[in-house]
Amino acid sequence: MAKKIKVATTSLAGCFGCHMSFLDIDERILQLAEVAEFDRSPLTDIKHCGDIVDIGLVEGGLCNAENVHTLREFRKHCRTLVAVGACAINGGLPAMRNHIALEECLAEAYLQGVGVDNPHIPNDPELPLLLDRVHPIHEVVKVDYFLPGCPPSADVFWKFLTDLVSGREPSLSYELVHYD
Amino acid sequence: MTTNPTITIDGKTVPFREGETLMEAATRAGIYIPHLCHNPEFTPHGSCKLCTVQVNGRNCRACTFPADVGQTVLNDTQELNDTRRTITQMLFVEGNHFCPSCEKSGNCDLQGAAYFLNMLDGHFPYFYPSRQMDASHPDVLLDRDRCIFCELCVRASREVDGKNVFGIAGRGIGNRLVVNSSSGLLKDSELDAGDKATQVCPVGAIIVKHHGFEVPIGERIYDGKPIDEVSLAKEMAMGEGENG
Ligand code: SF4
Ligand code: SF4
Ligand code: FES
Repeated sequence: MAKKIKVATTSLAGCFGCHMSFLDIDERILQLAEVAEFDRSPLTDIKHCGDIVDIGLVEGGLCNAENVHTLREFRKHCRTLVAVGACAINGGLPAMRNHIALEECLAEAYLQGVGVDNPHIPNDPELPLLLDRVHPIHEVVKVDYFLPGCPPSADVFWKFLTDLVSGREPSLSYELVHYD
Repeated sequence: MTTNPTITIDGKTVPFREGETLMEAATRAGIYIPHLCHNPEFTPHGSCKLCTVQVNGRNCRACTFPADVGQTVLNDTQELNDTRRTITQMLFVEGNHFCPSCEKSGNCDLQGAAYFLNMLDGHFPYFYPSRQMDASHPDVLLDRDRCIFCELCVRASREVDGKNVFGIAGRGIGNRLVVNSSSGLLKDSELDAGDKATQVCPVGAIIVKHHGFEVPIGERIYDGKPIDEVSLAKEMAMGEGENG
């Protein structure tokens, strides 16, 4: 049997919607499993890429220091890196905080917010530090392909992966390109 | 009988009338040239550069450039469409375009043009400029994050409404749409919801309130039809109206 293509996925500052949409390929996942196997992914619960993987899908942008670290490590392990969804591509809805000072954001969430009791800003050393602004991933690593959408539909994942697996240059037709 | 003078666009012979721009001649011939700041109802402005075509080897803006005999025009070439995609990416990164939360999504010309040009990402680093929202008017919202400075609202307010409500101030990344009122707020301006200036914004910067998300996803303008078809259907019909 031919060697299977290794696919890894990760979620940074996203909502997991892109991963859910990927799973919307439904029973086609069986076809995919014939030619591909999952490495690191929230779907397998493997936390780090075992070795070099062929395709790495990144959901979410960069909102904290850990996201940046994860992305850099992920890039090192992926032959082809794909930015999946609005947040990875342009920061998405989390980036709507970019014109508000970080201090104000934290105060709103943890000090003045409705229903907050014991108001204090979390400062456990385990918590990753927030970046002052949310960034899309292409500002930090080289990105090979982009799948727009919030989320991209299952058909986008399917078209892209089947193109790539069969050695075609991936392309998305008009119906498959949307930003919402 | 006099025959109209002609130019060629992508090898096709296109007649034009004295004084017409390349955009006008092309539209009448059923040829789509991508555009955002051009709207046949108003004086050309020539700011977005999306309509860049090549005329006898030089890049020009089709919406302002007069047609003339002897012109060989290139329009639908990969090189020009690549340039237009880059221009569109610049428009996206210079503003704050979060389409999933925008009422105009699906009906937006900037988004429609980006889809047409198969733009998949913003390519450049994002500026995330800080711009003020003006929600003061009871019927009209001004979300400056989405403004592309096409000046269509400026032209409509001046040329049709006779009110001069809008203007552009600043330069470069500091550009801002400003409102002509004592407080600088829309609520204190002469703007009414029915004004032409509220109807012409090609993006989601000027929005008439109380109509958000009325049309479901799947039925919005650019969900089904690409902007070249939509634009030609609309603008050719407008042209016929004028001549008829
Ligand atoms: S104005 Fe258009 S491009 Fe900008 S956020 Fe709204 S739909 Fe997207
Ligand atoms: S508000 Fe709309 S119509 Fe006015 S300049 Fe900005 S993009 Fe153009
Ligand atoms: S349409 Fe010609 S410059 Fe904008």
